[in-house]
Amino acid sequence: MNIASSSQAPVVGTPVATHAGVSTVGLSEKVSIRNLEFFYGDARALKNINLSLYANKTTAFIGPSGCGKSTLLRILNRMYDLYPGQRATGEVMFDGENLLDAGMDINLLRARIGMVFQKPTPFPMSIYENIAFGIRLYERLPRAEVDARVEQALRRAALWDEVKDKLGASGLGLSGGQQQRLCIARTVAVKPEVILFDEPCSALDPISTAKIEELIDELKQDYTIVIVTHNMQQAARVSDFTAFMYLGELIEFGVTEKIFTAPDDKRTQAYITGRFG
Amino acid sequence: MSEVALNDTNVAAGAATARAAVLNRLRATDTAFRTLTRLAVYTVLALLSGVILALVVGSVPAFKAFGFSFVITEVWNPVTEKFGALAPVYGTLVTSFIALVIAVPVGLMIAFFLTELCPMWLRRPIAIAIELLAGIPSIIYGIWGLFVFAPFLQKHIQPFLIDTFDGVPGLQDLFAGPPYGIGMLTAGFILAIMVLPFVTAISRDVFDAVPAVLKEAAYGLGCTTWEVFKHVILPYTRVGVIGGVMLGLGRALGETMAVTFVIGNAHTVSASILAPGTTISASIANEFTEAVGDLYTSSLIALGLILFVITFIVLAIARYMLLRIQQRGR
Amino acid sequence: MAASRANALYVRRRFRNGIARSLAYAAAAFGLGWLVLILAVLLFNGIGGLSLAVFTQDTPPPGSDGGLLNAIVGSIAMTILAILIGTPIGILAGTYMAEYGRHEKLTMIVRFINDILLSAPSIVVGLFIYEIMVAPMGHFSGYAGAVALAVIVIPVVVRTTEDMLRLVPDTLREAAASIGLPRAHMIVRVAYRAARAGIVTGILLAVARVSGETAPLLFTALNNQFFSLNMNAPMPSLPVVIFQFALSPYEEWQKLAWTGALLITFTVLALSILARSLTARRT
Repeated sequence: MNIASSSQAPVVGTPVATHAGVSTVGLSEKVSIRNLEFFYGDARALKNINLSLYANKTTAFIGPSGCGKSTLLRILNRMYDLYPGQRATGEVMFDGENLLDAGMDINLLRARIGMVFQKPTPFPMSIYENIAFGIRLYERLPRAEVDARVEQALRRAALWDEVKDKLGASGLGLSGGQQQRLCIARTVAVKPEVILFDEPCSALDPISTAKIEELIDELKQDYTIVIVTHNMQQAARVSDFTAFMYLGELIEFGVTEKIFTAPDDKRTQAYITGRFG
Repeated sequence: MSEVALNDTNVAAGAATARAAVLNRLRATDTAFRTLTRLAVYTVLALLSGVILALVVGSVPAFKAFGFSFVITEVWNPVTEKFGALAPVYGTLVTSFIALVIAVPVGLMIAFFLTELCPMWLRRPIAIAIELLAGIPSIIYGIWGLFVFAPFLQKHIQPFLIDTFDGVPGLQDLFAGPPYGIGMLTAGFILAIMVLPFVTAISRDVFDAVPAVLKEAAYGLGCTTWEVFKHVILPYTRVGVIGGVMLGLGRALGETMAVTFVIGNAHTVSASILAPGTTISASIANEFTEAVGDLYTSSLIALGLILFVITFIVLAIARYMLLRIQQRGR
Repeated sequence: MAASRANALYVRRRFRNGIARSLAYAAAAFGLGWLVLILAVLLFNGIGGLSLAVFTQDTPPPGSDGGLLNAIVGSIAMTILAILIGTPIGILAGTYMAEYGRHEKLTMIVRFINDILLSAPSIVVGLFIYEIMVAPMGHFSGYAGAVALAVIVIPVVVRTTEDMLRLVPDTLREAAASIGLPRAHMIVRVAYRAARAGIVTGILLAVARVSGETAPLLFTALNNQFFSLNMNAPMPSLPVVIFQFALSPYEEWQKLAWTGALLITFTVLALSILARSLTARRT
């Protein structure tokens, strides 16, 4: 976790000024958010957000309800495009492209930046189909290969052993925790580069939550992870970086350890010690 | 595990172009599908415009020959080719009015029963039974009205009405004449039974939407069930109930088969609701295939146009009212 | 209840409440009574005529025995064609309104117009099809009858499709979008599946609605005393035959009309109950 000490790797990405306390040494910047603003109609929901998401690291967005953390997450895969009257300005650079550009291929973007939602959202089809569906969307593969990929994805989501005998059963018949892992498997199967988690455990019991957290930690090896959570312990457990947001603004961003032990801002201090929110 | 990671990074570049190709194909299907659904939407628009256009074009000869007086003329004589819409329009309005006078109070009371009085386990079965009434084809109401209900009215109800109101000014004329059995009252009554499920279903829906706290507050004051209904539920849902009534009225105005059986098909305007009459839809159903000559046909289509305009206005008001209560519910 | 005046007022209020409640019970009994009465009369008059001949013989000339075979087949043929024409248009239009154009003004307008079509007098639909098909073609036909019925099917299917798709939670749409699914695929593969039971219900209700429709067939398909599968010629249908036979002076015809009425009513009721049970199971 001690990022500052690892100095052998060269700095990748634009060397922009980062927030205090974050050394970019040894980190590769996956997504870079600059001067981002977001509007619901005329109401401004996010103000001047500047933030970097680093490859193979987990970044947590925390803050009280309505602070804009979910809004920020949903900008990263342009989910807001589904609804009229919502727009974002500024820059979100992802592999050299501004993903806010009108010409951006949104479907391709979403295949590269996957998302897991607050409530499990299995599609109304079998467990197998839930995963094969996304694979077949992009690749014409022989049946055996699809089978292998489905298994791979389910193993990746630590669900294989529980469902291998009932792949034909409906995804809706699984428990809440299993459904959520099925959704993770579905996301992984499309081979994204970044995975967004929108309060993935808020509808789950503690045991399922522990499993998902463990999974997130493993997935970090291969993917860049962003997680929105209202649970501070969870943020402290799973993330490498933490962004604290309040009233549509990014108050403080830094290494998780520092945010939770020695925050610079008084508001961060108040929040993590449970004085509001 | 790690082979996945390898896959992901190594293949990334090549896969991206492959994916883009696939997505281009998918997007083409998306555009095609979107266009297809939009065309279907235009078809719905075209249907209504088509109906209006066909009726207007078809009724031009009649309006050319008779002018606006078509609407206020009672004569309907195929032999001399003199046509006027007054009798069917009058019959349509009177039968629909009778239907509402019966169906609205009964429908409201059934909805009151279903939402406030009925035991939980009985609510669904009774609601379904009432809705099944709406599903029975109108021709069944017609045949039933002609063979069962009309003779019953003729033998038992109509003589009683005629005797009772004989000599009472005003009502005497309303219930005058020999008991034919068939006639405007019979048609109105059959329509009432057909409209009843609509009024009931919509009233029940809007009553159900009254916030529980509002009702509880009234009960908290010591109100009886009836008082809560009368002073809280009904005023709160007034707009929705009117919408439901208008929807029922739209049905009653346009109903064809049930009325055709029992109305008597007489092109006369009579003060007595026991007398035979006709409605717009019954006239068209009875005479259209036998209509000889362009003017006769055109006059019937003109009747259809008048019917469509009346129901359009009524239904538009109904939808507007229901929309208003929906918006408040949000 | 200390003062006697309050008592008197309270008694009066309770009395009124009692009256109102009794009236409500009476109203419910009245409504249910009609259903029972209509079904009882139908059974009483119709069941006697129910025999194999009804399904194997064509409608008879006045004064002799026969069945309803040609009418039943005609009804089925026109209903099937009407559903084949109306259902795709209805589902697609409902899809546009619930998915692509959910927030558009066009959708609001079409919803309003569809509601008007939904309750528009069906005889007017008959006039419309007469003008655009029968008059130009020069003769009545089964095709015209089927198209008239399709015009009645469309608004029913549009309405239920839109309503059912709107019940599909947005999170499911977002989840589909989050793996990069274009909208068309999300709709066909995910939303349709989630709303399947509801959409099928809509189609069943449409079948129930058109299988009893008489008015739009009177001057489109007309009638035909003989068995015919030629949709380009006048075609008999159960409701129109009932209409003609019931109003005739011949006893055999009236009897067949009752039997036909029984068949139609129970078909329609069975369809509506089936449709309802489909959606009930889901909720």
